[in-house]
Amino acid sequence: WKLKTANGVVIATEKKLPSILVDETSVQKIQSLTPNIGVVYSGMGPDFRVLVRKSRKQAQQYYRLYKETIPVTQLVRETAAVMQEFTQSGGVRPFGVSLLIAGYDDNGPQLYQVDPSGSYFSWKASAMGKNVSNAKTFLEKRYTEDMELDDAIHTAILTLKEGYEGQISANNIEIGVIRADREFKYVYKVNYAVFTAT
Amino acid sequence: QAAPGSNSRGLRSGGTEPNASSSSCSARSPPRPHKPTSPDQQRRRPPPLLLLPPQSNSAAPVPATPAMSIFEYNGSAVVAMVGKNCFAIASDRRLGVQLQTVATDFQRVFKIHGKLYIGLSGLASDAQTLYQRLVFKHKLYQLREERDMKPETFASLVSSMLYEKRFGPYFCQPIIAGLGQDDEPFICTMDCIGAKELAKDFVVSGTASESLYGACESMYKPNMEPEELFETISQALLSSVDRDCLSGWGGYVLIVTPTEVQERILKGRMD
Repeated sequence: WKLKTANGVVIATEKKLPSILVDETSVQKIQSLTPNIGVVYSGMGPDFRVLVRKSRKQAQQYYRLYKETIPVTQLVRETAAVMQEFTQSGGVRPFGVSLLIAGYDDNGPQLYQVDPSGSYFSWKASAMGKNVSNAKTFLEKRYTEDMELDDAIHTAILTLKEGYEGQISANNIEIGVIRADREFKYVYKVNYAVFTAT
Repeated sequence: QAAPGSNSRGLRSGGTEPNASSSSCSARSPPRPHKPTSPDQQRRRPPPLLLLPPQSNSAAPVPATPAMSIFEYNGSAVVAMVGKNCFAIASDRRLGVQLQTVATDFQRVFKIHGKLYIGLSGLASDAQTLYQRLVFKHKLYQLREERDMKPETFASLVSSMLYEKRFGPYFCQPIIAGLGQDDEPFICTMDCIGAKELAKDFVVSGTASESLYGACESMYKPNMEPEELFETISQALLSSVDRDCLSGWGGYVLIVTPTEVQERILKGRMD
């Protein structure tokens, strides 16, 4: 679940652990690709890890050549090209993940979805995975272009709540934000009133 | 800029290595008593010892000068200066093949985009090839990123391209000059393997670089307007190439401001 606002981007995901014995800090569904670009996925975790590794390398290669941090569109393009390659090469299978890439660069905050086919789209607000249709309907109603980032975080958590069976708490969701300072950060502490009130 | 180990003594040692220590002068034989000789005897006497240059046994011409650095093969002078919200980049126009002048309208300063220019001194063929490769890369960049390259980014690109050829380099010293974000002038130079050197005032390269350093250092002052900058860079260029036999035959000066680009050709000492 992802939202783009005038002054930042927020991505959030539910973290469904197979059992209560699993150490939840070892599972990280939201990762950063560069200091100003973050990514979340829906699908197969191992495939995601491979893509994150490749994308990080491509971002660093760009920096080596131009001594400039890679723009979000360029990184998305190159990641999508990798995913497309695996749909056309022999002996490999397509990646079983859909990515939501969030970044902030000279063109402002941006949000892209990349599918296993390698096609990518820019979104103002989007959802993927379980209950995607409900989540998108919810976002269509709640999203406004000029919302503040904190409202966006609130909206993202509410969207997650809509599709989640059981009680949401800080342990079973992950949230990442990029503000105008262009640094991708995890949100660890959220006002708990958000969870319990609505 | 001389290539290390350039041997300018190659013509002197006419003998084999073991005699190297004594080959710098002709053989010292003890003085002979002066005897009158008949013409027949004179003919049979061995010819006097001479220091002959090594016989060339191929059709390749023997160079008229001792071994020359590859950077001095064509001769060049390029200089760039920063002014107030503008920059100037200038070069000489001579193309030579060692001592012979072959062209007097050779272009060394090339445009990358409206606000970014690169001047390439050194070997002319490498300058042209490098320029073609850079234009290629920049055009692809423009298509992919839908924008022009910033001068700092372009400088990093040139630097990495040159370092790629670390063990078989392009014999060029580029000078990059452009207007960056907010039309802030940017100049830099680098050596033939990509060591970047940023400067706030001026950068020079080419065979006339030492004269150019002196001329620019004394004539430069900060925050010059375009007209004054043109005068300064032209005087610096012309006076420096006059001191260098391998560059000259006029000058080509470009003044770039946020709104316009002025190109001018200078007529100096045509020699």
